[in-house]
Amino acid sequence: MLKIENLHVEVEDKAILKGIDLEVKPGEVHAIMGPNGSGKSTLAQVLAGREDYEITKGSVAFGGEDLLDMAPEERAREGLFLAFQYPVEIPGVSNTYFLKAALNAVRKHRGEDEIDAVDFLKLAREKMKLVEMDEKLLGRPVNDGFSGGEKKRNEIFHMAVLDPKVAVLDETDSGLDIDALRIVSDGVNAMRNENRSFVVITHYQRLLDYIVPDVVHVLLDGRIVQTGGKELATELEEKGYSWLENDVAAAATA
Amino acid sequence: MDAVRDSTSAHLAGYESFARQLGNQPEHVVNLRKSGLDRFCDLGFPTTRQEAWRKTNVRRIAQGTFDRTTGVEGVDRARVEPFAVPGCTELVLVGGRRAEALERSAATLPEGAVVSSLAEAIESHPEVIEAHLGRYAPIDEHPFAALNQAWLEDGAFVYIPRGVVVEAPIHVMLIGHQPGEAPSVCYPRNLIVAEENSQVTVIETYAGHTGQHYFTCPVTEIAAAQNAIVDHYKLQEESTDAFHMAMQKSHQARSSYVFSHSLSHGGALVRNDIRAMLAGEGIECTLNGLYLGRGTQHVDHHMFVDHAFPNCHSYELYKGVLEEHARAVFNGTIHVHQDAQKTDAKQSNRNLLLSKNAMVSSNPQLIIFADDVRCTHGSTTGHLEDEAIFYLRSRGISEEAAKSLLTYAFAAEVLQEIRLDAIRTGFEEFLFTRLPKGDVVRQAV
Repeated sequence: MLKIENLHVEVEDKAILKGIDLEVKPGEVHAIMGPNGSGKSTLAQVLAGREDYEITKGSVAFGGEDLLDMAPEERAREGLFLAFQYPVEIPGVSNTYFLKAALNAVRKHRGEDEIDAVDFLKLAREKMKLVEMDEKLLGRPVNDGFSGGEKKRNEIFHMAVLDPKVAVLDETDSGLDIDALRIVSDGVNAMRNENRSFVVITHYQRLLDYIVPDVVHVLLDGRIVQTGGKELATELEEKGYSWLENDVAAAATA
Repeated sequence: MDAVRDSTSAHLAGYESFARQLGNQPEHVVNLRKSGLDRFCDLGFPTTRQEAWRKTNVRRIAQGTFDRTTGVEGVDRARVEPFAVPGCTELVLVGGRRAEALERSAATLPEGAVVSSLAEAIESHPEVIEAHLGRYAPIDEHPFAALNQAWLEDGAFVYIPRGVVVEAPIHVMLIGHQPGEAPSVCYPRNLIVAEENSQVTVIETYAGHTGQHYFTCPVTEIAAAQNAIVDHYKLQEESTDAFHMAMQKSHQARSSYVFSHSLSHGGALVRNDIRAMLAGEGIECTLNGLYLGRGTQHVDHHMFVDHAFPNCHSYELYKGVLEEHARAVFNGTIHVHQDAQKTDAKQSNRNLLLSKNAMVSSNPQLIIFADDVRCTHGSTTGHLEDEAIFYLRSRGISEEAAKSLLTYAFAAEVLQEIRLDAIRTGFEEFLFTRLPKGDVVRQAV
């Protein structure tokens, strides 16, 4: 579904990602853990098509197509979704109508008919329930004046409406209290199926108690230094990243 | 100096016979014209060496030759219709002259309310004219207002007597018109008088068709007596080959409410001087506006709000969207007199630049002599945020549609404040057709 090979990324001549290899098969949930500054968010932004990053080497295939060759909106229409770490507030643009326009762009791309207002509202109400989102937020401008938790729920709500093939969740757990974390995770779990894949980026293991991954990767200084099962997350929680950082340092000097 | 005198005199060609012909009008009116002429001759056209005109070069007007329009021939309703607003009482002026045959009014006025041309009002309501005309608009420092007053002859007249509430908006349509080969000029002089406890909504539309070369030099005076409520909309939709140099002055008495909205997108060279005198306690004054520029359009707003009495509120929100090589100027002054304690004044100017070559010069100022006031002002100029564009694109919205959507959202803040539905929806519709991906925006807002 998503295949990243030897991906190197720079920002302003500074290497951030230094050769990432990652393959996500349909239905799999991959967690990417790592300390701040390890390159987690860069990876998420690069996958979604943010233009501020320079890809110096490597490739990303999405459903067999060259992902890096596509504009951000093409990626979205092809079924890639990024849940932002910091969802953007857009005063003046209605959450509902904007999402309807987005869904229709996706549907048009798939060769489907545009959805009308009545059917869209029905769909939106149904998907809001997934994340126990207040219906009032439908009528408000996108993320405008939303609390931190509401913004994260809104991201998962957008994801549910757009029905992607691969969803990248960038620190969706940051700033969530335990109740909100449970609600957001339940929403994500309800969307898990054999065709849809997830890349869950997080700093903490806590989220992975709720969204149980198939594979856990540890990203350090732009490289995946360890890959394992869900127990790797628990080990990291106990020992901290310094445990691996020391290993990496030792390997570098050896 | 000779060049200045030449340009001044060129704009006064035929003045003697014009003034002679109107010589038997009431003394007040004759004197107004005389003071306008004297003042204009003293001032001449402004140059960019003068602070108030530093960013707006009027050479194209000063050195141009314009024929004064004298008739409405060649203009039919089809020319007026695109600018009509449903549900209004209409007053149509073509080249500054009333064209009654082109008016289509959807409402009748309540008893006592008057909507007519100024020329008619000078004969029919001399006492209102004497009490208000020329009492407010400052001509001393403003050459174009002085020039307008020198040529004072006709325009719109709206008079709402004490206690009368006019439900249907009054729509004054001033259609720019170039009857011959040469560019034309007109000097509309408009007077809106709302007496005690009255209420009225007045729309002034300045409009013309592309390819028409003309110069409109209007002055509008608005007098709101105690407890009067005046909603005023100015829609500037001139031909993009036209010049528009306007002065609007409102004078408010105790506890009155003036709500002014300026929506500007036409004209090659445009200046709106909008001034408000808050001459009583407990006044509310809102001055909002939205200006759009593209191509090589130049649009300038000069605001002046004068707080002379305590406990008054003024709010100003002006936003601009500039693309291509367009230029905008915003100059806003709030003046709080020593006695105007408990003044609450807020001014905000925000500009969105959609190209590297667009430019804005924004200069908000506070002049405060009272010590117990709340005054704020702010000015921002920026481009669309990459973050927001990327966010929308990451949901499947195309880049162009994302930009259109964000541009619309920027402008919508001003539109939301518009209380008259027909104006708000009319302008929204205009934006949908103007924005590159307006069809997506229409769906998404």
